[in-house]
Amino acid sequence: MNKNFNIVITGTGGQGLITLLKIISEAVILEGYDIKTSELHGLSQRGGSVEVHIRFGKKIYSPLVTKNKADLIIGLEMQEILRAINFANSKTIFLINQHIIPIPLEKPVPQKQIIKKLEMQSKNILLIPASQICQQEFGKSVTAGIYLLSFASFKGIIPLKPQSMLSAIKKIIPKKYFEQNKKTFELAEENGKKK
Amino acid sequence: MKKRILLGNEAIVQGAMESGVQFVSTFPGTPASEIGTTFFKLHQEKKFKGHFEFSINEKVAMEGGVGASFSGLKTLVAMKHFGLNVCSEALIPFLYTGTKGPTVIAVADDPSCWSSAQSEQNSRGYSYLAHIPTLEPSDPQECKDFTKLAFSLSEKFKIPIMVRTTTRVSHQKMPVEIQTIPNIKTIGVFVRDVKRFVTMPPRVLEMKNELLEKIEKISKIADISKINYASGPKNKTVIVTSGVSYLYVMEAMKELKVNLPVLKVGFFYPLPKEKLKRFIKGAKKILIVEELEPYLEKEIREISSKAQIFGKNLLPETGEFSPEIVTLAIAKIVNKKFKLKEVKISVPKRFPQLCPGCPYWLVFGAVKKALSLKTTIFGGDIGCYMLADFPPHSIQDYLFCMGSSIGIAHGIKKSSKQKLITFIGDGTFFHAGIPALINTVFNKSNPLIIILDNRITAMTGHQPNPGAPLTPNGIKIENIVKACGVKNLKIIDPINQKEFIETIKNFSNKKEVSVIIARRPCIFVAKK
Repeated sequence: MNKNFNIVITGTGGQGLITLLKIISEAVILEGYDIKTSELHGLSQRGGSVEVHIRFGKKIYSPLVTKNKADLIIGLEMQEILRAINFANSKTIFLINQHIIPIPLEKPVPQKQIIKKLEMQSKNILLIPASQICQQEFGKSVTAGIYLLSFASFKGIIPLKPQSMLSAIKKIIPKKYFEQNKKTFELAEENGKKK
Repeated sequence: MKKRILLGNEAIVQGAMESGVQFVSTFPGTPASEIGTTFFKLHQEKKFKGHFEFSINEKVAMEGGVGASFSGLKTLVAMKHFGLNVCSEALIPFLYTGTKGPTVIAVADDPSCWSSAQSEQNSRGYSYLAHIPTLEPSDPQECKDFTKLAFSLSEKFKIPIMVRTTTRVSHQKMPVEIQTIPNIKTIGVFVRDVKRFVTMPPRVLEMKNELLEKIEKISKIADISKINYASGPKNKTVIVTSGVSYLYVMEAMKELKVNLPVLKVGFFYPLPKEKLKRFIKGAKKILIVEELEPYLEKEIREISSKAQIFGKNLLPETGEFSPEIVTLAIAKIVNKKFKLKEVKISVPKRFPQLCPGCPYWLVFGAVKKALSLKTTIFGGDIGCYMLADFPPHSIQDYLFCMGSSIGIAHGIKKSSKQKLITFIGDGTFFHAGIPALINTVFNKSNPLIIILDNRITAMTGHQPNPGAPLTPNGIKIENIVKACGVKNLKIIDPINQKEFIETIKNFSNKKEVSVIIARRPCIFVAKK
């Protein structure tokens, strides 16, 4: 990898963004890159919009991604990804959990409209019903983020080996939940091969 | 060397541990909270054998730290920026007496107010006010290194040192070099030294002179300190920067493919003035990249007469910086193009919400049923219940600082005939609500105060407080309220809505102050 790799993850408080950040960070360390990340704590987490930044490569200064410089933007919720739209450029990949968490007292932004907007920055849009897949397969959708991350790794969307990702998951996720996460990882591998 | 990914706050803890810290006191506040929670965990796991405490507020945290330092212990006191206001009364004389055990004050500012109401405070102002030497790290590695340096400076000059971070430093992660942690003694000894520890006049003025002399000596150290360093080739255009802004400057230069001389100032107070003078000598253009109020800029304007100075005329004084804000500023002074492609979006704001099952839903609901929203004033305070401000609640008519809901309620009740209810959490009541409650009794006003007793300091990550059921020898809030002389007092679980609503109606018509303790644990306490 010659160039630094910039990731922005968006979602809502409680969707596990900081866990994903920790997993990516561990995987990055396993592969020997430099890394900086940025996250927010406190009241900003209580179900509000959350955005975390992860940058890795040979030498990283800023913990924040510069606008128009993200390589990958992951959206754990469809509307929230719009808030990160200006981190994208024409080559950026939008990896989106096809899942809506309603904003209280508001009508959800229609999917068509979201896609149309995102396309104004980049046409590389991957829409994956990760929450739905996890719900169907395991009866709960809590590992949707792990699914997306694993999928990205198998597809080479994120330049980190699946093996590093799995080791990082093992290190970060509490023991009693590891099996569930490993199964999610394997499901992402299987589905990744199909497409 | 062994490296571990650490948050800036965790790196401050690691630095303190590697320095052999023996006494740690703190009051939780984001973005500094993880300093406390990390020490709390280390202490519980017996990995930190010194004294750790969540103090009741930052003033007593600081005073505890002063006592520990006077007893010869290596001491860390940590807080968010507003805490520095609370403890400033204890901080300022501490600079006069100086330290016995080396002491570091870790303070985290929150530019853009990600987790802070009340104001966008720049704590660097205190460096001047208190004459406290101040170091400003940019990243977690520096958080650790600067904390260690601060302890050694404190040891050498017998003065407390401040390590000042911001949200993007405190909540930044990177691999940090880990060194060994020394064994520590946990008991010190207080040796009487009236000349040093008693700040009575006329001695206090001598102390001030001694402090100014110390600062003079430290400024010579600052001038040769490696934490202020220049990089880049010679150029007529130069950049001076500090804190997280340095990282944005380096990123921006890479992006713009320019290589300008950069002076990174790690020692904010006293400033390395000689180094600065040498660095800007011959420069035609100086760009100062610092967040919030332009303290560096003012200092540089004082020592530079010839150069054209760019600072707050190019960069905002409100809100945190981002890499693109800094890139745009640098592009401007070197006449390079940097254009952003931005798309406008219209997504409704997603307000933070009370957790599902949070007892405050019951409290806010009952209040709305009991009283007319039109004719009642609602006082807010600092805690999760600030969310009363947002829909669907929208019952917050003023919000200031910790404990102020009661003090301001008193002033309004003395000045108007309107009905008033204030909300205050258990942690905030212990922090600064009690003197204000005594004042309403003594000076006779009649607000209705609802103490939201969810048995924990919830918002900052569920730290224990004296009223919490997990705290041995817990202190009962009702005993305090009674002792303050409050006659109208009821303790109600808000799940009993009928009783709750009736009591609100009844108490809001009383001639004296009334208190309802709405007691129902935070769902996170309930889980434990």
